[in-house]
Amino acid sequence: MTVLTKAADSGRTDVRPPARKARRRGTTASLTAGLTAALVLLCLLSAGIGAYDIPLGDVLGSVQHRIGLGGGALDRVAESVLWNVRLPRVTLALLVGGSLGCAGALMQGVFGNPLAEPGVIGISAGAAVGAVASIALGLSFFGNWTVTVCAFAAGLATVLLVYALSRNGGRTEVVTLILTGIAVNAFAGALIGLCIFFADNAQVTQITFWQLGSLAGATWPKVLAVLPCAVAGLAVAPLYARKLDLLALGERPARHLGVDVERLRLVLVLVVALLTAAAVAVAGIITFVGLLVPHLLRMAAGPGHRFLVPGSALGGAVVLVGADLAARTVAAPAELPLGVLTALFGSPFFFWLLRRTRRRQGGWA
Amino acid sequence: MIARITGRLFASGRGLALPESSAPGEVLAQASELVVRLGGREVLAGVSVAARAGEVLALVGPNGAGKSTLLAALAADLAADEGDVRICGRAAAQWPARELALRRAVLPQAAALSFPFPVEDVVRMGRAPWAGTALEDDDDRAVREAMDATEVTEFAGRPFSALSGGERARVALARVLAQRAPLLLLDEPTAALDLRHQELVLRVCRDRAAAGDAVVVVLHDLGLAAAYADRVAVLRGGALAAEGAPGDVFTGELLSEVYRQPVEVFPHPRTGAPLVTPVRG
Repeated sequence: MTVLTKAADSGRTDVRPPARKARRRGTTASLTAGLTAALVLLCLLSAGIGAYDIPLGDVLGSVQHRIGLGGGALDRVAESVLWNVRLPRVTLALLVGGSLGCAGALMQGVFGNPLAEPGVIGISAGAAVGAVASIALGLSFFGNWTVTVCAFAAGLATVLLVYALSRNGGRTEVVTLILTGIAVNAFAGALIGLCIFFADNAQVTQITFWQLGSLAGATWPKVLAVLPCAVAGLAVAPLYARKLDLLALGERPARHLGVDVERLRLVLVLVVALLTAAAVAVAGIITFVGLLVPHLLRMAAGPGHRFLVPGSALGGAVVLVGADLAARTVAAPAELPLGVLTALFGSPFFFWLLRRTRRRQGGWA
Repeated sequence: MIARITGRLFASGRGLALPESSAPGEVLAQASELVVRLGGREVLAGVSVAARAGEVLALVGPNGAGKSTLLAALAADLAADEGDVRICGRAAAQWPARELALRRAVLPQAAALSFPFPVEDVVRMGRAPWAGTALEDDDDRAVREAMDATEVTEFAGRPFSALSGGERARVALARVLAQRAPLLLLDEPTAALDLRHQELVLRVCRDRAAAGDAVVVVLHDLGLAAAYADRVAVLRGGALAAEGAPGDVFTGELLSEVYRQPVEVFPHPRTGAPLVTPVRG
């Protein structure tokens, strides 16, 4: 009898679910391949195009030369432009975009709401306060890294504060968390206003440009300042993908399935703080990447976080490298602020998403 | 050391104590003199019940009597303010979440999902506690059997958000069954279901009890409770009004008093099982 059922069972497994699973795996595989190809292409283009054009072949040759795989060095100017201006900028775009995309996917998973974004719980605003204050007060204890360090510290402090304030009796209600985020955002806005009020003209200009979001000041030291945070965050995030799937059922059902929900939330909030604060610190406030990239990928490949979390990092990197390339070439020799560009294209798309969701399911709960 | 750390990181199931099979009649969950206060109100005022392997225990009573609170306490969702709750021989609060998930499965009153996972993925979520254990190989089989038992196989590929209320309830039940825990706690599993599926769900409860599980189910339909439960616990105002076999407990006087509504109980003309109807007209 057991043998019979087993045989029947295995026969059926082979036919039904795997077909669907294989199709899904096919989608995620082709999406991953497509995004990776787009990313490599955009990186190469971005390294070559600009005020001083470097042909694609030369870019490849120089990179090969540096890593010791043949190729050849370029002339002094081209080599300097490529390695001291372009590549740090591309690398920074990669890290910032990846961090923002991944942080967005994690945050949406933690809140169980596709509208959640790292900015919602006040990390971006908190990090901005740190950066603005360091500029307005003329702090310089870490040299060039002062803004970065202050933004990071303030962002992390903010998210811990939000988390502590929104906890009640060992639980964190999502509504409380979001409302606390709103209050913190308002408070941070007031602090930024105060800093600007006390700053002199030069500082105000600097603050304004920082707030608009830009990768213009990219250098290797800046890359190094972000690298550990971004890499640590990006490496840890996928480990929690399966638990995030379970969290979609709600907090109690996730707990019934063996997830330590409080711990999961704490770890993920810290990872998100790490990723966003690092991104905001070097590149200012860049909106919508963390919101739209996970959304698009969810539409294309389904809501499973095992693809969504790393996929959003990849997608965020693609978007940001592309947006940065556009920001500095569209109005050359002038450079558009990156944050303005992403918001310019991001918000209409967001409106479309909002209307579509309202038509289909009556809006987000 | 390193292996232990990576093991923890990847939530490996090695080293987890798997549930032992239990003898029929063994107590798998027990509340003793349980008092639970919510928002300053005493929702449970000294309730003692036991869920035994091989038995279906139905919790019935009027709205606000504390049925769901009692179930939540048995599930270790709510801490006891006084008295205690033991699950599989250990105090409820002392179980690590993961090991508890191998022992008790809970069907919540409302099935919600924040992202549109396909039905099969939702059912498969019930297998999460077994990841990395020796029984992980049963995953496909457990998922398929749970889906067949609740008749949700035909829409396995549809997104959960596209289902009707009754279909969602059955998918949620399939997920709970796929978890294959020896203690099943179901909060109004029949609320959104049609006649056929109400019977189906309670037959599933009976099957699970016959297979040696302890099933606790909150029901509003006294007829279903009478037909399928081994024992019923009638709750009123946070206290136990009566407990025992449905035939002994379901009497016109008791139910009329508990529900503050005249009720008649009479035997089914063919089977003799108690039928409960409100007095009308």
